[in-house]
Amino acid sequence: MSSTGASVADETPSPGGRDPLSGDGAATGRLGDRIFAGATVGAGLLVVVVVVLVGIFLLAQALPALRVDQASFFTSTQWHTGSTLAFGIAGLLWATVATSIVALLVAVPFSVAIALFLTQYAPRWLSRPAAGLIDLLAAVPSIVYGLWGGYIVAGKWAPIQDGVSTVLGWIPLFAKVDGITGGSTLFFVGLVLAVMILPIITALSREIFDQTPTTHKEGAYALGATKWEMIRTAVLPFGKAGVISASMLGLGRALGETIAVMMILSGLPQGAPWTWSLFNGGATFASKIASDASEFSGGLSTGAYIAAGLVLFVLTFVVNAIARVIIDRRKAFTE
Amino acid sequence: MAKRIDVKDLDIFYGDFKAVEGVTMSVEPRSVTAFIGPSGCGKSTVLRTLNRMHEVIPGGRVEGKVLLDDQDLYAPTVDPVAVRRTVGMVFQRPNPFPTMSIKDNVAAGLKLNGVRNAKILDEVVERSLRGANLWNEVKDRLNKPGAGLSGGQQQRLCIARAIAVEPQVLLMDEPCSALDPISTLAIEELVHALKDRFTVVIVTHNMQQAARVSDRTAFFNLKATGQPGHLVEIDDTQTIFSNPTVSATEDYISGRFG
Repeated sequence: MSSTGASVADETPSPGGRDPLSGDGAATGRLGDRIFAGATVGAGLLVVVVVVLVGIFLLAQALPALRVDQASFFTSTQWHTGSTLAFGIAGLLWATVATSIVALLVAVPFSVAIALFLTQYAPRWLSRPAAGLIDLLAAVPSIVYGLWGGYIVAGKWAPIQDGVSTVLGWIPLFAKVDGITGGSTLFFVGLVLAVMILPIITALSREIFDQTPTTHKEGAYALGATKWEMIRTAVLPFGKAGVISASMLGLGRALGETIAVMMILSGLPQGAPWTWSLFNGGATFASKIASDASEFSGGLSTGAYIAAGLVLFVLTFVVNAIARVIIDRRKAFTE
Repeated sequence: MAKRIDVKDLDIFYGDFKAVEGVTMSVEPRSVTAFIGPSGCGKSTVLRTLNRMHEVIPGGRVEGKVLLDDQDLYAPTVDPVAVRRTVGMVFQRPNPFPTMSIKDNVAAGLKLNGVRNAKILDEVVERSLRGANLWNEVKDRLNKPGAGLSGGQQQRLCIARAIAVEPQVLLMDEPCSALDPISTLAIEELVHALKDRFTVVIVTHNMQQAARVSDRTAFFNLKATGQPGHLVEIDDTQTIFSNPTVSATEDYISGRFG
């Protein structure tokens, strides 16, 4: 404000005078604006370039090994990377997907139940700190879960698993495998993974349930819904897509988990054939690559592992893409 | 099937805060009663105690009696869920369930009551949509999402949803405040028609609306901010708008309020 009290608004547009609406470049051309726009575009492009480069690197390193592969890459369960290369990913893929699915099947119902409790049932003095605690759990490093699962829980789980395979052993999925103890199976790894991904799914589900509009909830109550019926008519439909995408994020974490799986999961018994049993050992993509990393000698045998890494790369990509599609679809119907 | 409501010495609380004090009034069956008054005077709060929706809010509680044909809604043996099935409610903002189709929205209350028979559901859906003057507009798209309708249609869908369970009383909490004048007119005509079958209580900010749709009008006021609201008077709508007993009512209605 000038000492005379005149402002831009007082200036009348006149020929030769300054038109208050004429651009002085302030809105679009400022240097700071351009630098910031350039920086954000650059950062965005960089991410895309890095991802593409990783993909190209994996593909380029894997191709030479794939050319001399003596086994069928997608259907074989053997893994020989010695003088002759004969490797396939079927066993790794099965172990990776099976452990992750077990983890999801166990974790999602618990997560949804915990999230519903925290948002709909728990009093405020309890739900706030409990929610914070869950967020903290999501940040616990996986090696801690590996230690806990492998050295504390495994022994207690073994007799339960033996019991299950005695009763349900006629189903191939639950068949008993000689030489594999209860605490080192795919199924048990799935359980530990479930504990690992539970916090992240719970935290995201809790947030989405918390956002259920009061109008939807009151609409259900006003029709004479009980609390559970209100949850079924208002909260769950509203949160469904969010829970699915949260599960996908959890799945992504389970698929790529390395250290905890490596610590717990035993290999296939020496000389025994591969089976469908969840009570068998094995290796996931990540645990296989990590556990053999010390033996990488460069060249073709390493290429076999990189090919496996490429499949994991694509797998996680697909899972995240599905999650993205579901999130976008959710946007469409809430507007 | 419409019932009368008698409110006796009702105090309404949010936690320790007394929001409304000493309400005593009667609502006749098969009539429209309008609640008017300035913002914050507790008219919506009183409305929400008539179907025990008030206690959905944490800390919400009441003292006093609300009788529905001599049955105390707040008696210890009464289930609030059952009360809400008897006393339906329509809200300020249309709130159809967004993931449900038009048909499922109307049938939602019946399904909560355990009705599964497809033929009965279809009949009730049609009857309720006709009752809400919406049938002709939606009969060809019953399986489309309810959220795709216009605001006024959504509100009539919510009315259809409320009357589908055949309540004794229908509570409406400023049902037109989010609607344009034409949709408002449609709802007001509907309210006229509804009073043949239901006891209707409607909260409104719009005094012309109260004058147009209601048989009786209750005026609520509060002495000062932070003080509990109270019922000033309730009388025939004509009397309230032409010759009210209390001068505060006249001041409010004539715009000399404040």
